[in-house]
Amino acid sequence: MRAADLTTAAILIAGGLLVLWDSLRLGIGWGTDGPKSGFFPFWLALLTIIACVGIAVQAWRQADRRPFIPRGAVRVVLTVLVPAIGFVVLVQAVGLYVAAAAYIGTYMRWIGRYAWPIVAVIAIGFPLATFLVFEVWFLVPMPKGPLEAWLGY
Amino acid sequence: MGFENLLLGFQVALGPHNIGLAVIGIALGTIIGVLPGLGGANGVAILLPLTFSMPPTSAIILLTSLYWGALFGGAITSILFNIPGEPWSVATTFDGFPMARRGEGGQALTAAFTSSFVGALFSVVLITLFAPLLAEVALRFGPPEFFAIQLLTFSSFIGLGGGNPMKSLVSILIGFILAAVGLDIVTGQLRMTFGIAELMKGFDFIVAVIGLFGIGEILLTMEEGLAFKGTAARINPRVVWETWKTLPRYWRTFLRGSFIGFWMGFKPGGATPASFMSYAFAKRFSRRPERFGQGEIEGVVAPETAAHAAGGASLLPMITLGIPGSPTAAVMLGGLIIWGLQPGPMLFKEKPDFVWGLIASMYTGNVIGVLMVLTCVPLFAAILRIPFAILTPAIVVVCAVGAYSVHNSMVDVWYMLLFGVVGYVFKKLDYPLAPLVLALVLGDLAENALRQSLIMSHGSLSIFFTRPISGAISLVAIFFFLLPILTPWWRRLRGEPARLGAPGEIGGFQHGADEHPR
Repeated sequence: MRAADLTTAAILIAGGLLVLWDSLRLGIGWGTDGPKSGFFPFWLALLTIIACVGIAVQAWRQADRRPFIPRGAVRVVLTVLVPAIGFVVLVQAVGLYVAAAAYIGTYMRWIGRYAWPIVAVIAIGFPLATFLVFEVWFLVPMPKGPLEAWLGY
Repeated sequence: MGFENLLLGFQVALGPHNIGLAVIGIALGTIIGVLPGLGGANGVAILLPLTFSMPPTSAIILLTSLYWGALFGGAITSILFNIPGEPWSVATTFDGFPMARRGEGGQALTAAFTSSFVGALFSVVLITLFAPLLAEVALRFGPPEFFAIQLLTFSSFIGLGGGNPMKSLVSILIGFILAAVGLDIVTGQLRMTFGIAELMKGFDFIVAVIGLFGIGEILLTMEEGLAFKGTAARINPRVVWETWKTLPRYWRTFLRGSFIGFWMGFKPGGATPASFMSYAFAKRFSRRPERFGQGEIEGVVAPETAAHAAGGASLLPMITLGIPGSPTAAVMLGGLIIWGLQPGPMLFKEKPDFVWGLIASMYTGNVIGVLMVLTCVPLFAAILRIPFAILTPAIVVVCAVGAYSVHNSMVDVWYMLLFGVVGYVFKKLDYPLAPLVLALVLGDLAENALRQSLIMSHGSLSIFFTRPISGAISLVAIFFFLLPILTPWWRRLRGEPARLGAPGEIGGFQHGADEHPR
């Protein structure tokens, strides 16, 4: 937990410095019509850095030895995160509906070990329902790929 | 005057179209409240793009109904599955789950829903009475007053929110910084884009909410490896009736919970401390405190009444001041802006049908809600029996749909994943997420109020203290900001051991509540 706390604080301090630098470029003083663009972010970033240093000092002193993630749980978290990232990559390539079908199907088969007929029903049924609600009923367009183009959408 | 307006509101809210929307909203909201990874804020965020084409009044009725539904749904998981869907349902599990295990799930649920209904109704009545007055006062507010209220909003997260005050501060600051990314509309300059075209549009709070609360929550739920081994509830008219007959006995608990909830709830982050506080008071004043925690029905009544009174009260500052009291209210406020309404006191003058339709729908929504959840509990509880292997990808897909539909942009879906990971890490390290979201929503408004105030005073910060109203509010805000530093001092003065940074919600609540005027 201590390492994670320190790392997070360090990342936030780095981010704060980046904002500080950009605010100084924009000007933090008084312009012709009030405070310049960098005024507000400058103070925000400065306070962030101070508070994060405080958090880091606190974390350093506390020496919390609990692990950030329990040993066995890393795999579980990754089995959610990695397929989700894969799904978003796939959306970019083939559109949301086909990607959703592939994602739900793979996940059900791989993690849930369901029989193929159930996998097929849900993996096709869920995206189809989403399509009807969003694309047809509420007219909210989603990213589409070759399959939808072939079907005339 | 106010009464006529309310009647006008009921005419709007009781239209068949709006009643239908309320029913849909509550059903969806309850499902969202029951499902892990989809809370009220998140559900409202995902549905928000669907309301862009609706008339604003219907849209807000749908979303508030969703909110009530999510609040009711939280009670179902707390009692039947011992899983608090939201932080303010934690106290409900203390006695609700033991009751359910004893086979009294039906009684516990009836008590919970009835208490929710009473608490929310209490708040709505107070909103009906006070909202017009508060809006009248707020009409005279200038930029310094609005900035002072913003300060108060965020100071209460630090002073009363519990947890580590420095981490709360960082969450707020991150929210404000993210809000500042992109085009500065006042000067026309690009801020913190570092030459990257995608950053020009900035970060949308809807995407942040979906990522932080949706994806982050799923990661957390999966890591904790929750298995839904719930108890079944038999709930039928006889159980409901029998429970109702015992409830008037606890009228003091109802009243106390309602007051605590309303008082804590119109300030941000109030629902969770309110529910714990109400529980603690009920226990202290009970004739048999030793039975609390083992399935005492009063232990369900107390937190549920307070949580829902707070949930209702958090809508008061949103409609009168344009400052949301909770993340869900923040998302709704974002909705108002998108629908082309200017949130704040002018709404009462310019759009009375909208405001009063909203207030009236709070009455109708709660009545419809309590009837629906009482009759449909088994249906909603069955949703939790859907296996994780189906639920997880389905929720991720729904979140992606919601994130994409905000601006029809793929970048937002990537941001959603990023916010998901951030939400997961922050949740584990006790950085509160609600202030981040609120700051992200209010960022531009706060900065404009600050700028205009400073222009009025030619750059002097004294303007926040010399005007009477903003001065008083600023002083209270500063008191809250300093509370985490003052509390250990105060303890030492009284000869108690000083302790800093109480970890966790419960410890934090006590730490805040001790110093808080009751």
